Amino acid sequence: MIEFTDVTKSYVEGNHALRGVSMQIEDGEFAFLVGPSGSGKSTIIKLITGELRPTSGSVHVNGYSLSRIRKREIPYLRRTVGVVFQDFRLINNKTVYENVAFAMRAIGAREKEIRARVPYILELVGLENKSRRHPNELSGGEQQRLAIARALVNNPSTIIADEPTGNLDPAMSLEIMSLLQEINNLGTTMLVVTHAKDLVEHFGKRVISLNEGMIAHDGMDGYYTYED
Amino acid sequence: MKEGIRGIFLHGFMSFAAVCVTVACLLIVGTFSSLIYNLNIMVEELNMTNEVLAYVDEELSDAEARSVGTTINRVDNVLESNFVSREEALQNFIADYENPAAFDGTDPMTLQHRYVIVLKDNRLLTETMEDLWEVPGVVDVVAFDELAEGFSTIQDVLHIVSIVVIAVLLVVSLLIISNTVKLAMYDRRDEIAIMKMVGATNGFIRFPYVVEGFCLGMMGAALAFGLEWLMYDQLVARINAVDTLQLFNFVPFQQLLLPMIATFAAAGLFVGVVGSWTSIRKFMNV
Ligand SMILES: Nc1ncnc2c1ncn2[C@@H]1O[C@H](COP(=O)(O)OP(=O)(O)OP(=O)(O)O)[C@@H](O)[C@H]1O
Ligand SMILES: [Mg+2]
Repeated sequence: MIEFTDVTKSYVEGNHALRGVSMQIEDGEFAFLVGPSGSGKSTIIKLITGELRPTSGSVHVNGYSLSRIRKREIPYLRRTVGVVFQDFRLINNKTVYENVAFAMRAIGAREKEIRARVPYILELVGLENKSRRHPNELSGGEQQRLAIARALVNNPSTIIADEPTGNLDPAMSLEIMSLLQEINNLGTTMLVVTHAKDLVEHFGKRVISLNEGMIAHDGMDGYYTYED
Repeated sequence: MKEGIRGIFLHGFMSFAAVCVTVACLLIVGTFSSLIYNLNIMVEELNMTNEVLAYVDEELSDAEARSVGTTINRVDNVLESNFVSREEALQNFIADYENPAAFDGTDPMTLQHRYVIVLKDNRLLTETMEDLWEVPGVVDVVAFDELAEGFSTIQDVLHIVSIVVIAVLLVVSLLIISNTVKLAMYDRRDEIAIMKMVGATNGFIRFPYVVEGFCLGMMGAALAFGLEWLMYDQLVARINAVDTLQLFNFVPFQQLLLPMIATFAAAGLFVGVVGSWTSIRKFMNV
């Protein structure tokens, strides 16, 4: 579960990126986070992953209190939250298989577990036939599916995607969103930041709209547009 | 472990430089300290044989001359003093020559009564000689102190120079190892970022880089140790081959083996692990 209570965040004194954000995302939920550039979407994600600390207010993620968390607990929080970015962040000199295995090795998984789990995850994202390829031999959509596989492999309860379709054409974007929805159907909490209005409307999920660091709208009634 | 060793080959030149500087540093440390060790032993030997002569006023009677010894013994730093009459002195003097007959008929009165004084601590030679001058009845104080003084000065200079050189070189090799590791981390900054993202602990991320630093330090230490051994044996062999330098008595390297291994290993460990640790700390906090 993700819970923000009256959260503010200032990068520089007097300049607020977030101004009193309160929201709650239940386990197993699917939510889009939308809003114009600079409205604070990435800031919310960094608060969830423990990359930033709130200036005031409280952030709770999967049982961890982010305003009070100790540095050495952060890795364990991150194992509960898989992250996907617009720019994929893959390791180009490792194969598809190795990219996914790398995430398991990083948390000390045994080779036996890795050999059992990686093929299963690659099949889930539809890359089972490309496991020996390198990322630069894949299409953008395939690269993003690989990034999703990596985020999933350690079995996090939550996946957070920051503009996962920002670099993809509409067909591939739809494919990726559908994959995220499938994963959500398997029980993983999903928070997706996006600018793609048509996709948001296509899926008809909960939409949290951010504007100038505040929640402007939060509901199931599609993409919210502001009167600028 | 595997990653750490791979890192060494990835940054061949920097690693090479790091190992070289560590080797140079340790070689100098080793050479200086073994020199100092040998000098200490030599000076100690000299201390045991080094004597000061105090000549007694000719005006004093034999009995008075013999009583000066009590005052001399009271001077600080005097271990013992032996009275040598002018007759004994002449005999010793003659005995040292190959042709004693040449001194037949020499009057002992040309010589003075003297005390042969052994000091407790030779480093206080100058002060003790001044004190001896003050003793009533003593008219002259002579010591064959040049050699001992020379050694002491060499010792002092070596101490200072070696401390400075060692400190500078240690810092340099620390910096170079630190930079090598930093370079290795910079090279894999993307991988490190991903590891952090998926929840790797800092210790886990750090481990291969500490191993890399450790390997670099240890490689330097091992190389330096081998070279030091070779150099030392060569040097001692050469010095012993020259007759006039027989005076210098070097201990065999075997006697230095254990402390040298311990020092080199400790220095290698320190430079390697501390060097990588500091760069990792900086890197991880960015
Ligand atoms: N590291 C930073 N230092 C200072 N200000 C920052 C920093 N990161 C973000 N900001 C500011 O905080 C505000 C929110 O930024 P954020 O990145 O969360 O926006 P966003 O909604 O993700 O925008 P985009 O859609 O362009 O990615 C912006 O005004 C931005 O300029
Ligand atoms: Mg953003």
